[in-house]
Amino acid sequence: MTVLFGPSGSGKTTLLRALAGLDRPESGSIAYGGSVWFDHARGVELPPQDRHVGLLFQDYALFPHLSVASNVGYGLHRLARGDREARVSEMAERFGITSLLARRPAELSSGQRQRVALARAMAPRPGLLLLDEPLSALDAPAREGLRAELRRMLEAAAVPAILVTHDRVEALALGDRLAVLLDGSIRQFGPVHEVFSTPVDADVARVVGTENVFPSRLVRREDGLVVLHAAGSPGAELVAVDPGGVEEEVYACIRAEEVVLEPQEGPETSAQNRLAGVVARRQEEGPLVRITVDCGVPLIALVTRGSARRLDLGPGCPVVALVKAQSVRVVPRRAR
Amino acid sequence: MDAAALSLSIQLAALTTAALVALGLPVAWWLVTSRWRGKFLVEAVVALPIVLPPTVLGFYLLAGLGPRSPAGRLFEALVGHPFPFSFSGLLVASVLYSLPFAVQPFAGALAGVDRRLIEASHTLGVSPVGTFFRVALPLAWPGVLAGAVLSFAHTLGEFGVVLMVGGNIPGKTRTLAVAIFDHVEALEYPAAHATAGLLLAVSFAVLALVYGLQRRPFFRWSER
Repeated sequence: MTVLFGPSGSGKTTLLRALAGLDRPESGSIAYGGSVWFDHARGVELPPQDRHVGLLFQDYALFPHLSVASNVGYGLHRLARGDREARVSEMAERFGITSLLARRPAELSSGQRQRVALARAMAPRPGLLLLDEPLSALDAPAREGLRAELRRMLEAAAVPAILVTHDRVEALALGDRLAVLLDGSIRQFGPVHEVFSTPVDADVARVVGTENVFPSRLVRREDGLVVLHAAGSPGAELVAVDPGGVEEEVYACIRAEEVVLEPQEGPETSAQNRLAGVVARRQEEGPLVRITVDCGVPLIALVTRGSARRLDLGPGCPVVALVKAQSVRVVPRRAR
Repeated sequence: MDAAALSLSIQLAALTTAALVALGLPVAWWLVTSRWRGKFLVEAVVALPIVLPPTVLGFYLLAGLGPRSPAGRLFEALVGHPFPFSFSGLLVASVLYSLPFAVQPFAGALAGVDRRLIEASHTLGVSPVGTFFRVALPLAWPGVLAGAVLSFAHTLGEFGVVLMVGGNIPGKTRTLAVAIFDHVEALEYPAAHATAGLLLAVSFAVLALVYGLQRRPFFRWSER
């Protein structure tokens, strides 16, 4: 699952539509697995019908005049009747919509619509699945639940997929690899947590917004909190507020602004996370200084120049990083 | 009451409507979906009969399809008789004259179908023609029906083009509107009243039906 991530207006949806063959790019070429879908210079343009792409629209775009069964079977017109019915029931079973087959889309909840839309897109066995901000039309509580469901279904589907989103949590929760799209061009491409923790430039850093993203494992739950083990050498233990609904594999996300640094002999504070370490790197960023502390995981803190001077923060300097449990955002992660 | 004129008018209106559905739907679908930059020219041509006096259209049809023109000779070879003063000539003229009254509601209804549904159909491997019949038409049918009913009503009351192209041959080209004109010219007011009243009642009923349909489609097509 590749996530195309970028702010609105960055060209994400345009790119997705060009891949699906719904929009014609002004130049360039598109190739997929050895076949050329579009080549401006050679005048090649494969119509969307011949690309075998499954597209999940933002608001699902189910056919309102057709039953759920006819929606799912819509793209199977080349199959014989019996095969088509068999495929529809196979899909219905896989996506848990068997009891809904006779209904119209207007009679479905948004979660059911998502499943029907996914079943419809997957029924013709596409070679590539495209998802256009599938969760953005929902309100926050519904989104949390559907995100987890979508993740499970995509894992089961086992088809290469590209998801477009401007939502960091969605990108982290659903993506293996992340492409950051800014002003119409891809500025960075790599594993999700890598892009988040090591943005190539200031623009990408501003867009992704969260400097510290640690692949973590949930160790235990207590008092509404979760204790995580963040992977690293040797790794670190982090306490966070339990967001609910997460399983064992998660990302722990901390914004660099929310990390407080203090000298080693500092007094006890209310912060749940006290991580002792040494300064590994120091970078000036205008009025701020970006300090990377090696405390089992490379933790990035953004402090003012004054503070950096007062604490005499330089490579090798021992410090304690303080992070409140509320500042550690826990995001579900796809099992690899 | 002129039974022959009424029957002729209804025949003409029904056949014109059938031809307009067959011809107007593809034109409307093309107007809605085409990305061609020059399509406004086609839109303008289709809309011409709204602003042109029927006599202008009738005159050019007579000039263009008259027995001495190449198109007129082709018409005669195909149909078996010359274009002017015949029922089939009348049919061709009314189709052209009523074209905007069919194409515009058709295009409006088809354009009202959510574009993403059309695109979803394309990505699911269904051809543009298949998409038209499986998605666009089922969702746009109240508008298509309105367009068909409007063109029927419009043809029923047609006068200028009929007189120019068809003349006034009883049982062949003498429609209701022409019959009324005849009655008034002959000072047969009771007959004119009867025919005119009939046309008024039919037109009102048809328009009421169209507006009623548009207010309350038979089934809901909005998703939310």
